[in-house]
Amino acid sequence: MLILSCPVCGVTAEETEFQGGGEAHLKRFGPGASEDDFEGYLFMRENPRGVHFERWRHAYGCGKWFHAARCTTTLEVFGTYSAQTTEPPKDLRDKISEKRPNWAWREFE
Amino acid sequence: MSEPVTALGGASSTDGIAMVSECALQGMITLRGDLSASAFKKAATSASGVAMPEQGMATVEEDRGLCWMSPDELLLLCPYDAVGGTLANVHKTLAKSHALAVNVSDARAMFRVSGAGAREVMTKLCPVDLAPDQFTPGMFRRTRMAQVPAAFWMPEEDVFQIVCFRSQAQYVFDLLTVAAQPGSSVGVYQE
Amino acid sequence: MSTRLATGGRLLNKQKALKFTFNGKQLRGFEGDTLASALLANDQMLVGRSFKYHRPRGLVASGAEEPNGLVNMGAEGTFEPNQRVTTTELFEGLTAQSQNHWPSLEFDVGAINTHLSRFLPAGFYYKMFMHPRPLWKHVYEPFIRQSAGLGRAPKARDADTYEHFHFFCDVMVIGGGVAGLQAAKTAAATGAKVLLIEQSAHWGGRGPVDGGTVDGVPVENYVDQIVSELDSMPNVILRKRLMGAGVYDHGYVLGYEQLRDHAPENPGPRHRLWRIRAGHIVTATGAIERPLPFAGNDIPGVMLASAMRDYLVNYGVSTGDRTVIVTNNDDAYLTAFDLKNAGLSVPVILDARVLAQDSPAMEQAKALGIRVMMGHAIAKVKGTKRVTGVCVCSQAGEGAVLEEIACDAVAMSGGWSPVVHLWSHCGGKLIWDETQAHFRPDVDKAPMGAQGEAFVTAAGAANGALRLADALGDGDQAGKLAAAATGFKVRQTNCPVGESPEEAPMMPVWLMPQGAGVKLRSKAWLDYQNDVKVSDVQLAAQEGFESVEHAKRYTTLGMATDQGKLSNINGLATLAGALNSTIPQVGTTTFRPPYTPISMGSIAGEARGEVFQPIRRTPMHNWHDTHGAEWEPVGHWRRPYAYVRDGENTHDAVMRETRNARENLGLLDASTLGKLIVKGPDAGRFLDMLYTNMMSTLKPGKCRYGLMCSENGFLIDDGVVARIDDDTFLCHTTTGGAERIHQHMEEWLQTEWWDWQVYVANVTEQYAQVAVVGPNARKALEKLGGMDISKEALGFMEWADGELGGFRVRVYRISFSGEMSYEIAVDAGQGQAFWDALMVVGHDLGVMPYGTEALHILRAEKGFIMIGDETDGTVIPQDLGLHWAISKKKEDFLGKRAQERSHMTDPNRWKLVGLETLSGAVLPDGAYAVGEGENANGQKTMIGRVTSSYHSPNLGKGIAMGLVLHGPDRMGEVLEFPGTEGATYKARIVDPVFYDKDGEKANV
Repeated sequence: MLILSCPVCGVTAEETEFQGGGEAHLKRFGPGASEDDFEGYLFMRENPRGVHFERWRHAYGCGKWFHAARCTTTLEVFGTYSAQTTEPPKDLRDKISEKRPNWAWREFE
Repeated sequence: MSEPVTALGGASSTDGIAMVSECALQGMITLRGDLSASAFKKAATSASGVAMPEQGMATVEEDRGLCWMSPDELLLLCPYDAVGGTLANVHKTLAKSHALAVNVSDARAMFRVSGAGAREVMTKLCPVDLAPDQFTPGMFRRTRMAQVPAAFWMPEEDVFQIVCFRSQAQYVFDLLTVAAQPGSSVGVYQE
Repeated sequence: MSTRLATGGRLLNKQKALKFTFNGKQLRGFEGDTLASALLANDQMLVGRSFKYHRPRGLVASGAEEPNGLVNMGAEGTFEPNQRVTTTELFEGLTAQSQNHWPSLEFDVGAINTHLSRFLPAGFYYKMFMHPRPLWKHVYEPFIRQSAGLGRAPKARDADTYEHFHFFCDVMVIGGGVAGLQAAKTAAATGAKVLLIEQSAHWGGRGPVDGGTVDGVPVENYVDQIVSELDSMPNVILRKRLMGAGVYDHGYVLGYEQLRDHAPENPGPRHRLWRIRAGHIVTATGAIERPLPFAGNDIPGVMLASAMRDYLVNYGVSTGDRTVIVTNNDDAYLTAFDLKNAGLSVPVILDARVLAQDSPAMEQAKALGIRVMMGHAIAKVKGTKRVTGVCVCSQAGEGAVLEEIACDAVAMSGGWSPVVHLWSHCGGKLIWDETQAHFRPDVDKAPMGAQGEAFVTAAGAANGALRLADALGDGDQAGKLAAAATGFKVRQTNCPVGESPEEAPMMPVWLMPQGAGVKLRSKAWLDYQNDVKVSDVQLAAQEGFESVEHAKRYTTLGMATDQGKLSNINGLATLAGALNSTIPQVGTTTFRPPYTPISMGSIAGEARGEVFQPIRRTPMHNWHDTHGAEWEPVGHWRRPYAYVRDGENTHDAVMRETRNARENLGLLDASTLGKLIVKGPDAGRFLDMLYTNMMSTLKPGKCRYGLMCSENGFLIDDGVVARIDDDTFLCHTTTGGAERIHQHMEEWLQTEWWDWQVYVANVTEQYAQVAVVGPNARKALEKLGGMDISKEALGFMEWADGELGGFRVRVYRISFSGEMSYEIAVDAGQGQAFWDALMVVGHDLGVMPYGTEALHILRAEKGFIMIGDETDGTVIPQDLGLHWAISKKKEDFLGKRAQERSHMTDPNRWKLVGLETLSGAVLPDGAYAVGEGENANGQKTMIGRVTSSYHSPNLGKGIAMGLVLHGPDRMGEVLEFPGTEGATYKARIVDPVFYDKDGEKANV
């Protein structure tokens, strides 16, 4: 059972206080989008072995969504950050690079 | 107009390792807005009569207070009878701000767990470190209590004040009495 | 025979005798005994029958690893099977029964299996019960069911209570032996908050029995001293009878505390499950002695050497008068010395090793006059229910008997295996130690925590440091490491010095004698609990089950309650031998928590009875309860299904309530409907995105029914939206939907449109809401008095704030029944009083409360859909003929793009229609309509299904809704719906609106 730190309210708590929300930084495609774009948005998901970016909600706490960067094999949590962003922050990406050189996830590395 | 009642009519249980009792009606207002905006702060503090709480804290004096729920939400405590006036007041001072103030007094139930076993009773139900050096009066925590959401603070040492949903009042009361059952002292925070 | 000696027994209080019963026999023991030691003291060596062959089995071990001594304990509400006698503390009045035998432990019919054992090899069940298939149901399955399972399942409700406890510390030490104590002490010295737990009721682990000195004083004194030091430190919590059950991600540990198993008369919970978060964990869990695989090693009286020593030293119990020791190491000699010193006879020590010179232990044995035979082994043990002697052979040979030695007990030692379970639970890896022939933790591959750090350190025997001096130093080191890992400053301190005799190296022995033929191998047990022999593992390898995980499942080696604590390493070595491989190459099976079985009650904790789940109650719940309500669970809510009166059955009540709402006046507790306040300059724009229809154009004071879809296009919720003012809307959701839709809104606001100015608040429980329904609804409210609720003042689909009967109310003129209807919200604290007032004014108007089933029938009569009935997560609004509620003007809303996908616009999607049986009977809910032809599986083609079905008392017939292929184009057609038990229903496709098609009743 993981421990996560909510970047919104500052509380560090066990997983049962949180709710996972799947892959982070999806770009929404709406009316007018091509079939391929829409399919990608609705159904295609990363399933990496290693560095992963996810959405989490502090369901039993402040109720806010946030992002987490995590290793799916060791369960190491590299960091958590705001939900109001379309990409992982630079300092976090640098931190991951120190621990996992040559990592890549979608368009980020 | 009839007299409003609490969910459990003031139920209490005294034979366990801590005393559990339902509190009297408490005025509660959910205040949403930009907690860092001076207009919002002013509205909150003047309506409640207490200072703005820091993140993760509650400033409570008797039945008035402000509890930090999230960066855009406070729980304002006031006397039950004063809710109407307080709401009107807040609406007026925040008329020009993007904010939301709504009465939730009847949507909630409040319990008090007190006595030397209070920390242990709470720690049986919540996945939170409530050791005396970790959780102290003044702090405010929203978390999971067994299977439901709850929020609590300590008005003083050995006393917890718990807010939960009204529909779950019976469940929470039963939980607390089970957790406080005689002979169940853990011996970690009390002898 | 086994018996209590006149002296000895360091854990006993001989002043306090205790009575207990075993298989109905009255026996006596002392305070401090385990059930095992007390049974032995009463010469009850035979404790059970083996699982497969029903062979007589005695005690082999003295702790958690015991495979045979499992009993049914207690009775009625405290009955529990598979209780391990070696870890059960004796108490006054304990009752136990042995398991797995019929008719009695002494005489068991199933023991015939042992003579059939050559017909019952590994994989027997898999091979035997394959064919012919018809025999399965009536022959094989009953046979297997009869043979399966260990112990009896409890029948009565558990009389005890259980609880959880959350605990947080810097350093957690699991295991209270010398290594664990020393680790706790050094960690605590840094100021770290330390939790030290010990599964048994005693500190010191094997130390006090095995002896030696620490800083010149006996181990026992050192243990007493360090425990009292730790006890006085405010930053240390010491707990006995608390087992580390499992180590999980990020420093999470489950601890299993047995509070009253040793003292059932005490009040309070029976078990407490500790949910611990530790910064760093030290596993000082000791080691377990291995049996030696020789023929007859399961005959009662054959015991681990260390266990025999425990019974003697701790409990003053001798296992036998004449004990043969068989070993491959020096440690077992301690047992010989202790037996000799207790005045018991040790005719011989059979030592499989051939050493160039005597080890110190051998010298000491000889000095005590004990015969030591190097290079010798047991060919086989003689006896059936009790050892009567051993046949001695050469370890190097094939088992030719050189000599027979009479004895009534055998103490064996095949070396020691560190308890690596807790290290391994969360991914810690192992290395094979050639010198000691065991797996031990690989410090370079420790379990990794939240920061990518190693968060477990093994210490002492659990780390392969078997000797006292090494274990102490290892524990000391682990304590420092753990404190440093959690950010505490470690000062240099001296570790106490342990001293114990020098030992010669052990020699791995995986079969005794090493060339044992098949006859001996098939009586050489590896796994006592599951009856797995050396020959079974070899057969598995021969038949191709080469992976250790496959071999385990094929042979059952290492399964069941002991999970192979004794058998695993011997089994792996046997498999490696059969595969001509090495042990590290074969590897181990996976170590999974819990370390030993824990009670189901402890896992459930407080969640039973009243607090099994969080039942949600409306403000009028108790009134419903006292007025005959039968409850329907809706999520965690309980809603009245119907209010059943005396002399009525449930169906009668539903029919009465349904009729009355159309004819007179019905009251429905609608408090559970979700109520969400959505406010802000962008609120209208936001709701336009969430609902399929346009909400921003709604005028304050008005209500509009809306549909919500997910991005997949599927319907997720519906309800009436009321516009409160320019900036504010109140959205009603379904009963189960309040929290879900609230979160749905928050999710989009926080993660997609975070620059939109909208706040949402869930005010569901602030209000008690009552639907006042029926032709007399307005009259009732007029009698209450207050605000103007006439059609002119408050038209259909409008709302207003005001007062009724002195209550502050918000009144919505909305109708889910098709009748004239007012939904009235009052503060929850006055909900009951308001309900009472309505019952009073309604008295002369024919008022009756109605439940959810009447609600369903009323809405079905009107053809209103219900989320969860007409929808199932795959239905889009277009399927339900709700095109009118899907905006064509809006560029975008959630689900819009998805509803343009080819599958969603497929004209062959099933569409909503009404269904009427030709006979007037009620269609079975969920029944499928069949069409022409068959599908690829030879099943009839399905062309529709029933989504809601009721008997309508107002129409006097069965009515239903369903989704049907091309349904709306097939009005009047008759479909066939096969039911259960051969019945087939014929139903005609009709308009889903059965009642008041023009909606005149509500709009009055």
